[in-house]
Amino acid sequence: MTTTIDAVWSAQDTTPAAIESALRDLVDERHRENQGYVAARALNLVCIVDAQYSGEVANRLRRVGRYHASRTVVCSVEDGRTTIDARATVASEADPRPGEFSLMRETVVVSVGERHLHHLARIVDPLVVTDLATVVWSPHGHDEAVDSLVSPAGGARPVAQCVLLDTAGEPDAREALERVCRLAELVSVVDLAWLRVTPWRERLAAHFDPADRRPELQTLSKLSVRHGSHSLVSGLLLVGWMCDRLGWRPERLTLHDELLRGRARGRRGEVELRLEPVGVLQVPGLAGIELRSDNGAVLALERGEGGLTARRRERKGAERSWTVLGASRGEAGILGEGIRHALLPDPTYAPALAAARRMLT
Amino acid sequence: MSAPHPEPNPLAAALERLPVHPTVLVIFGATGDLTRRKLLPALYNLAHEGALPEHFALVGSSRSDLPDEEFREMAVKAVREFSRRKPNEKVLAKLFEHARYVGGSFDDPTVYERLGPVLEEVDERAGQRLNRCFYLSTAPEFFPIIVKALGEHGLQDAADAEVRVIIEKPFGTTLAEARELNQTVLSVFAERQVFRIDHYLGKETVQNVLALRFANGMFEPLWNRNYIDHVQITASEDLGIGTRAGYYDNAGALRDLVQNHMLQLLTLLCMEPPVDFSADEVRDEKVKVLRAIHPPTEVEVPGMAVRAQYVAGNVAGVEAPGYLDEAGVPEDSTTATYAALRLEVDNWRWAGVPMYLRTAKRLARKVTEIAVILKPVPHLAFAEDGSEGVRPNVLVLTVQPNEGVSLSIGAKIPGTRMAIRQVQMEFSYGSAFLSQSPEAYERLILDAMRGDATLFTRNDEVEAQWRICDPILAAWDKMPGPPATYEAGSQGPKEADALLGDGREWRMI
Repeated sequence: MTTTIDAVWSAQDTTPAAIESALRDLVDERHRENQGYVAARALNLVCIVDAQYSGEVANRLRRVGRYHASRTVVCSVEDGRTTIDARATVASEADPRPGEFSLMRETVVVSVGERHLHHLARIVDPLVVTDLATVVWSPHGHDEAVDSLVSPAGGARPVAQCVLLDTAGEPDAREALERVCRLAELVSVVDLAWLRVTPWRERLAAHFDPADRRPELQTLSKLSVRHGSHSLVSGLLLVGWMCDRLGWRPERLTLHDELLRGRARGRRGEVELRLEPVGVLQVPGLAGIELRSDNGAVLALERGEGGLTARRRERKGAERSWTVLGASRGEAGILGEGIRHALLPDPTYAPALAAARRMLT
Repeated sequence: MSAPHPEPNPLAAALERLPVHPTVLVIFGATGDLTRRKLLPALYNLAHEGALPEHFALVGSSRSDLPDEEFREMAVKAVREFSRRKPNEKVLAKLFEHARYVGGSFDDPTVYERLGPVLEEVDERAGQRLNRCFYLSTAPEFFPIIVKALGEHGLQDAADAEVRVIIEKPFGTTLAEARELNQTVLSVFAERQVFRIDHYLGKETVQNVLALRFANGMFEPLWNRNYIDHVQITASEDLGIGTRAGYYDNAGALRDLVQNHMLQLLTLLCMEPPVDFSADEVRDEKVKVLRAIHPPTEVEVPGMAVRAQYVAGNVAGVEAPGYLDEAGVPEDSTTATYAALRLEVDNWRWAGVPMYLRTAKRLARKVTEIAVILKPVPHLAFAEDGSEGVRPNVLVLTVQPNEGVSLSIGAKIPGTRMAIRQVQMEFSYGSAFLSQSPEAYERLILDAMRGDATLFTRNDEVEAQWRICDPILAAWDKMPGPPATYEAGSQGPKEADALLGDGREWRMI
């Protein structure tokens, strides 16, 4: 189905109140025109971007498909701007047939200057749909703007309840984790680097789910993770998650050439930890995981065609490999997953994050 | 049978997709329409999402004599044709790469003699004993034959693995048949191994009836005879019988939709809150509702049930033939394409509240909904003409096509006069969630592989459903002459109005 822009409003040197009023009118106008146009009411997304890269971000948002936020407020930051311009659009997919409906997607692009960022909450607050969860995504930095939305001055209630970010590619993993930990104390955090780990977590959980295999979790002696060169945090989060779930206490990892190595103290003994970069992957994230038990059994998962290639070697040497089915959603799908997960907090993330930070400090 | 889990899997906490035990799915009727249109695409979509077990194997069985390779090609083709998403060719190829096929007539013992070793080979390939799910997607007359044969060949049980049997609808066509089938099935399998499919229960919106009732404090206080005047459950289709004349002319509207889907909706609407949402707690409460419905005597049937058959008409501007003119329908058929019932749930909560059920082919529109019509307010204080527009509140739960909830409320018409009219508060599930609902068969196949029977019909439940429908069908069979008629594309036969009484009227479809 083709997305068509149905109604547009724009103004220069305007105010949040005027923008909000215009949005309300646009939605009402479209609904009056055809009752089949229905306002989506699932989630607000506030997106803070540098004006010169706003087209690229718009393209990424276009690809999220059905995980499009109900109302997207794009704060486009221009150097030296002192006034606010805005352009609001209410778009929908094709005219609904009688008895059916078509969701409206509301987008407002607000041009702001750097001077507005410390108080961005005051501009954004009137523009989000009240009572819906709001997630903020700021792919070009602008931490002060994010802070304004999650921790407004004067102890006011935060405008955003969730921060969407991607620690992949952050130049300093330790700093990135520190920042995420600070944010996680205030609001929920969805890190795309964590979501890239999810299929691996599911496969590991499935492998050790049969009752006769579960005791093996207590005998693990080595965990090796191979990750894309920009995905160290994904690797750390996977290791942190294993540490948290299995009650291992990780020690600080040390760098040997490009390899991060260390140990964790498990209930039955020490577990060797190892994170190895493997260069740039076609899709960021992990390249493989290997788990060894103290009795010699090995499970290895690698990226493969049509899913993950699994290989298991029993302690007596018998080896078997198979494919764990699953389609890669690719990098195009990860942002949509991030938006969807803003409404699905994962209680295992924060402990995994804390363990990951402990391994670097 | 596998040993009980020593403790919860620590790695599974908070995962959206819970692990499923390695399983081999054996589909009887593997080349049939249901398999091609629903089951194989559902398997593909589960594979695409990474929701299938770590080790999954498929074995097909049908009368046709096919080599494995040809069955695999058929499966790939079916997915390409009917999947809800464009398949990823690599996942598709891997899914059926090792699929096996055992051909032969279902009453041929060699089918089961050959099946046993195939299952052993599948285990051998996986390096572990897989759970076994036998999916009976055949014509119903083969259900007892296959079940007995599985038992005779020792396939109903396996050391260190769970064995389950999934049985498609219809589960019998009369109470006697349902009982007999239950006896056969339960002589081979334990009830906990049996998963009787009613795919309606796999629909998100049907499950949402429970969420609406038990997760919202505002509805439950009203959910009883004190506030509810009556309930109308409608499942209408604008289409005719298509190419299904052979099945439909034997079944008719009551067997096709009322005995299973519509009674499921009624039980979810009327059941008491369960202690928890485990399979047996939920099903215990549903069975109590069915048992509280008094099965009619033959004499009572004409006063509580109406049947009719469509004649030629116009559906949405297109001329439509009458039922007797549809391909494959006998010219003297008296099969009901419309059925409407008035049932009463005789318990403390619902005594005296009529429950109206209607279903039909070739009505004005396709819709499945539950409408709860509340009692009118006891006194109207507005001036007489201002009260003219006041109507009782109606809460409508729409199952399809636009899943949602709407509530009609009285509101003042803008102006100087105090005049009231009904307005709608509408909520659409599609507007409030980012996630897409899985297809019913995807959910149900996964639940069966997991051993969760909550969304499957239990033996006593299916018999209780038949206990209500059986006397109606028996009475209709004895009625002389053809059934009432209604025009294709209409709202149904006027004879159905007589069921309502007391100034009530059917909701417009």
